[in-house]
Amino acid sequence: MLITTSDIKINGEALYELPHDLYIPPDALEVYLESFEGPLDLLLYLIRKNNLDILDIPMADLTVQYMQYVEKMKAIKLELAADYLLMSAMLIEIKSRMLLPKPAEIEQEDDPRAELVRRLMEYEAIKLAAQNLDDMPKVGEQFQVADAYYQHIADIKPPDVSIDELVEAWRNVLKRAKLNSHHKLGRAELSVREHMSLVLRRLQTDGMCEFSQLFDLHEGGLPKLVVNFLAILELAKEGLIKITQQAAFSPIYLQVSHAE
Amino acid sequence: MREPENISEMKQIIEAALLTAGQPLSLDDLLKLFAGRMERATLRMLLDELKQDWEDKTLDLVQVASGYRFQAKPELSAFIARLHPERQPKYSRAVMETLAIIAYRQPVTRGDIEQIRGVTVNPNVIRQLVERDWIDVVGQREVPGRPSLYATTKHFLDDLNLRSLAELPPFEDFAQSEIPLDS
Repeated sequence: MLITTSDIKINGEALYELPHDLYIPPDALEVYLESFEGPLDLLLYLIRKNNLDILDIPMADLTVQYMQYVEKMKAIKLELAADYLLMSAMLIEIKSRMLLPKPAEIEQEDDPRAELVRRLMEYEAIKLAAQNLDDMPKVGEQFQVADAYYQHIADIKPPDVSIDELVEAWRNVLKRAKLNSHHKLGRAELSVREHMSLVLRRLQTDGMCEFSQLFDLHEGGLPKLVVNFLAILELAKEGLIKITQQAAFSPIYLQVSHAE
Repeated sequence: MREPENISEMKQIIEAALLTAGQPLSLDDLLKLFAGRMERATLRMLLDELKQDWEDKTLDLVQVASGYRFQAKPELSAFIARLHPERQPKYSRAVMETLAIIAYRQPVTRGDIEQIRGVTVNPNVIRQLVERDWIDVVGQREVPGRPSLYATTKHFLDDLNLRSLAELPPFEDFAQSEIPLDS
């Protein structure tokens, strides 16, 4: 994880190509990290390539570098940095545990690096397994699957129908028919104008007439009554008749209006 | 329609069915062709014969995880590939490593994958593999959060020309030399 652009000596040997170190300068990070799958991958690369003792690192420098690095990483891919930081924390922990003198009673303690090495080796195996999977011949790439055409002949059995299903279907038809029934609007053979004439004629012959007398309840039904009423209103509106009432609920009288 | 009366008629039916299926046919699928008038052992024998019949022709009859299928002989595939010059884009290393972990360590959770790879798993990686029908969720681990357990599918084996996971190279083959702990 340490990479610096300056010359670095590892175990007395100068390295001129990246990565030199476990530190990645923020500017180089984006480009550089794309070729690695994560801190394990990078670490593995360093170990295999340089025979690097990854644990022999200048701890104080590394920490300072990492803090600067985190600051700059806030602007870039922070979640990527997290994985690398976790690894650096792990390295620092291992290093510090190795520096501490071991009390005699826990002499048996495991090498703190063992877990990291186990993970590195497991990762390395997976990495190689993945390359192997990638290299394996695959359908559509190295294998072409036969798929000849054939004339599809529909072999569809007509479904069986029970009497019950038929009855149920008929019921549904009836139910739906009911929902779809509607009022028929026939053309009313009634003319308001015609009734206006009738009312006017009646008033002219009878003189004053009580409102209810103008309605014949036994003939023509509701439509005729309505048309008759409309005719009366129309006549009143046109000023042809006068409608009078002495008091509330008293009889209403109609008469032909006379020019005054 | 007349039921087949001899071996060669039966073989023709199996052959035509496999050639037109477009996907591997299992023994159970193939038995349907004969409407119950076929023994499994006989069917296997006929498939073996068919395999031999095609040996010096253009297609191989192979058995993969979901059944039998015909496929072009590998030496012809390179020519057929010229018909489709646009190569399928390669999967990224993240996708292949995730697939390898699922293939070798299944069933695994995302957490398991992250533990091995040392980086968080991008949901896109899982999605790509699910869409390819190479992996699917086979259950949940009974721990807090009940994470999904992923495993490889039969389709994955079919596409890699494998009959079972056991045909993958053993994981131990990939173990490398020890990392020295000199201090």
